[in-house]
Amino acid sequence: MFAPEFDYHKANTVAEAINLLASHPGAKVMAGGHSLIPLLKLRLARPGAVIDIGGVSEMKGISINNGSIRIGALTTHWEIQSSSEVQSANSLLAEAAGGIGDTQVRNRGTIGGNLSHADPASDWGTVLTALGATLEIQGPGGASRTVSPTELIVGPLTTSLGDNEILTSITVPVLTANQRGEYAKMSHPASGYAVVGAAVVVDVDHHTCTGARVAVGGATPVPVRVTSVEAGLTGKELNNENITAATSLAGGDLGEEILGDFFASAEYRRAMAAVEIRHALFHATGVAHH
Amino acid sequence: MTTRIFGSGIRRREDPRLITGQATYTDDISLAGMVYAAILRSPHAHARIRSIDTSAAKSAPGVVAVYTGADTDGVLNAIPCAWVVPDSDVKAVAYPAIATDTVRYVGDAVAVVVAGSRYQAEDAVERINVDYEVLPANVHAELAMNEGVPQLHEDAPSNQAFHWVAAGGDTDAAFASAEVTVSDTIVQQRLIPNAMEPRSAVASYASAMGELTIWNTTQNPHIARFVTSLVTGVPEHKIRVIAPEVGGGFGAKIPVYPWEMITAFCSMKLGRPVKWTETRSENYQASIHGRDHVQAVDIAATRDGKITGLRSVVHAAMGAYLSTAGPGIPTILHGLMYSGPYDIPNIKADIYGVFTNCTPVDAYRGAGRPEATFLVERMVDLLANELDMDPVEVRRINLIPRFEDGFDISLGLTYDSGDYHAALDKVLEHVDYENLRQEQARSRGEEPAASEQAHHDHGHDHGHDHGHGHDHGHGHEHGHGHEHGHGEETSQQPSATGHLLGIGVTTYCEICGIGPSQVAGAVGFGGGLWESAIIRFYATGKVNVFVGTSPHGQGEETTFAQIVSDELGVPVADVEVIHGDTDNTPMGWGTYGSRTTVISGAAVALSSRKIKEKAIGLAAHLLEAAEEDIEYEDGKFFVRGSPDRSQSIQDIALMANVAWNMPEGMEPGLEASAFYDTPNFTFPFGAHVAVVDIDADNGHIVLQRYAAVDDCGQQINPMIVEGQVHGGVVQGAGQALWEGAVYDDDGQLLTGSMLDYALPKAHLLPEIETLFTVTPSPHNPLGVKGIGETGTIASTITIYNAVIDALKPFGITRLEMPLTSEKVWQAIQQSRGA
Repeated sequence: MFAPEFDYHKANTVAEAINLLASHPGAKVMAGGHSLIPLLKLRLARPGAVIDIGGVSEMKGISINNGSIRIGALTTHWEIQSSSEVQSANSLLAEAAGGIGDTQVRNRGTIGGNLSHADPASDWGTVLTALGATLEIQGPGGASRTVSPTELIVGPLTTSLGDNEILTSITVPVLTANQRGEYAKMSHPASGYAVVGAAVVVDVDHHTCTGARVAVGGATPVPVRVTSVEAGLTGKELNNENITAATSLAGGDLGEEILGDFFASAEYRRAMAAVEIRHALFHATGVAHH
Repeated sequence: MTTRIFGSGIRRREDPRLITGQATYTDDISLAGMVYAAILRSPHAHARIRSIDTSAAKSAPGVVAVYTGADTDGVLNAIPCAWVVPDSDVKAVAYPAIATDTVRYVGDAVAVVVAGSRYQAEDAVERINVDYEVLPANVHAELAMNEGVPQLHEDAPSNQAFHWVAAGGDTDAAFASAEVTVSDTIVQQRLIPNAMEPRSAVASYASAMGELTIWNTTQNPHIARFVTSLVTGVPEHKIRVIAPEVGGGFGAKIPVYPWEMITAFCSMKLGRPVKWTETRSENYQASIHGRDHVQAVDIAATRDGKITGLRSVVHAAMGAYLSTAGPGIPTILHGLMYSGPYDIPNIKADIYGVFTNCTPVDAYRGAGRPEATFLVERMVDLLANELDMDPVEVRRINLIPRFEDGFDISLGLTYDSGDYHAALDKVLEHVDYENLRQEQARSRGEEPAASEQAHHDHGHDHGHDHGHGHDHGHGHEHGHGHEHGHGEETSQQPSATGHLLGIGVTTYCEICGIGPSQVAGAVGFGGGLWESAIIRFYATGKVNVFVGTSPHGQGEETTFAQIVSDELGVPVADVEVIHGDTDNTPMGWGTYGSRTTVISGAAVALSSRKIKEKAIGLAAHLLEAAEEDIEYEDGKFFVRGSPDRSQSIQDIALMANVAWNMPEGMEPGLEASAFYDTPNFTFPFGAHVAVVDIDADNGHIVLQRYAAVDDCGQQINPMIVEGQVHGGVVQGAGQALWEGAVYDDDGQLLTGSMLDYALPKAHLLPEIETLFTVTPSPHNPLGVKGIGETGTIASTITIYNAVIDALKPFGITRLEMPLTSEKVWQAIQQSRGA
């Protein structure tokens, strides 16, 4: 649990951080440090340099304008969880943040660091996929681009970020009066990470589903949209029978590659994806289950 | 008389320093000129070492020295096994501190680097180049003795470490004539003890005096000194072992490990203090593990539920080497306890210890008795299932009736005292067992008796009152905490979405408070099991108590002060208990086996009584009365009939210390020493109930309720007793539901960190409901019995039985622990498919 030697650089602005990255090939960016420091201590990561962006103030904070919530990438899970603006604008965001790790993790861990680490068991990738979030990435020379969560996260611990790029903010739509969002996860009893996580955003008009976005993570290498459930629900009355029917084929919608280990096999996770989606839908819509 | 301090739940005096960060642990020790050791450990479970190149490490920044097995071989003696159980052909295989030619588990030491800082030492470890010839590994206890399985030690054919048999009655005849028999194979999975403080040692050798001082996070500093002397060759009187604050042990700090011997070796070679502290990853790989049995068990009974025989064939993994107490755990502390609280006339325990390419196995909280209690209580439930009887009824038929002074069981032990029926009745009444069964029947769609409806409503609320773990316990968290209340459920046959209620009831009896020393010798324990205590009064009336045991969380600094206060009438705040340093404490064999309060506490009481005898003599002299006319009450010695003519214990302490006016022939000072060896073990007992709720949708188990009735005889501090039960129950719940060390077939530890090895967490547990009965032990001066391990011993099987009970409608009778959601779900799926 003793990190190998590395050079430490502290950046004060995004531009400074990108310049440091460019001048230190192989360097790693550190935000809250909750993913990188354990990797360093286990000597699984051996960057020559660590660029600490924890002090970059332009990447912090939450603002809500014109139906959009813009969250700086350095905003901590706790700040998202405890923001009354977020709680009323998009309860799913606040609740998902509150389910991450424990208080200590939420106090230090950041939404941008979490996404950039691209752990398949992370909650944010799944939740932001269901919410249709837009992620802003900045690169050298003031360049900037936006991607969706599934465009950012391309594999386990693998993102589409270029060598000298940094994820700087996340933009999420405000939930409308007719939208209900919910995240259900089966968490690992040791780590608390999602063995299977399911996020749903449902448009409801008089007990009828007029649209749905459903995403699953944890069970899959990257967050996956579960289109069969979305299609199966849309236009249907939200009741026990229809939800159960719509989710019954979810397991087949996750692709070939399902994660599995000695704690939870791929077969189990595939089956549980449907169960967790169902739980999330029941809770989102208030339909009594069982 | 005022309220007795003995029996009073005063707060633990240990806690303020622990919770304010003022405790000093081994890793907090820093000495001038100190250097740091880091150990290179084998990445392979089984390999031959072809060569080791340390040249790059030796030239790395800050490195002081690099040593391999070639340096320690012949200098450090082998790590001894201290429990060579007789008549069992124990193969005391060579256990070198640093491997010389072969490594036998992932974590075996290959080299040590000493450097100016911990980081430099860790960096240099990576520069050591070892050429391994990787050999096939053997990791499964039940397969280790099979033909063709890789052999660990040349002098242990078939990987057999020992073969031990205990028998009482005529088991063959009992089975031949049995009306009914039931069999099962039970897997006691391997567990990793998790003390908050990992292992650590600081060694400082003073060559001019030939003295070795080791700060060592141990449960038994005097044993550590004894064994350190054997391994290093430094004479025992030149060794000082100090156990400073020890942050938990759970058995894993009983053994003497190679690591502190290596640390001592480095200090002796370099003439400088050396510190070694393991990382948590090292702790998982290379501090001992617990359990790891595969048990084939049969029970025989009459059709009306009377148990007539019990037999087992057990394969118990020892890991790669025999750790300090390894062979004693699955034999003496396991096989001899197959009678549990029952009168079983015919018992046979047939135990094989086997070597595997895994971390050595030794005592882990409960040490053999959880494995025995699980075995007995599982078979009783299976028997009840077979006979279609209530499991409580089968227990009632077989429990030993109340006894106050000795009951001989068929395996030769004499239980001290017991009232098993009372404990069972108490816990059943507390949980309203009848009502729970009716609630269960309703949840299964079976018709409950109409007359019981009134009870139903009461019990329903009750279940919710205590179901604190319910909304969180799924490990299944929803943002806004929607409950899966089982109370919402309507009566259903087992269905895809139903909730299943399970009830587990256990009656147990365990052996602890170990001694006696004569028995220790007879069973091959390489030491005594007595304790001693010195009590010293100062002129100010303040008191130090010096003990040879080494409490590390059990609270005896508080309870021993209560004993002295109770015996001699000094305020409890005036008594300080000193332990853990072999240079200033009397000889003792340590803190394990729930023996500290029983044996060491008895020594404290006997020392107190010697003080009182002397104080009476001095009081008589000072009061100019005859000794036989002196009476004592509440810290005052007075002349019978003249209570105003008195001397307080503080007056006596002052006069004894200044010694201005001592009676003829009386020595100055007020100090006494007593040695206590017990005539028997103690056998605490109890009855526990667990209620679980299983979501058939995903297999999640929620422990809804846990009620424990325990009997540890007299209680010195009921709050501490309750705390021991809480912690013990939780640790046992860990084995049932979450914990399990997993090795792959190559011997790689897959549960190498707390990210994969699931420890119990507060939010996954209900409030533990603790109740007690009091049946004093007749076999020690305080009437006490050990309570440190009972919770762990009883709770694993209580929870397990509750889970299997919940799954009864599916015909499921066994699952392997830990009982993960997937295992439950898969079993339900298979049951449906069948």
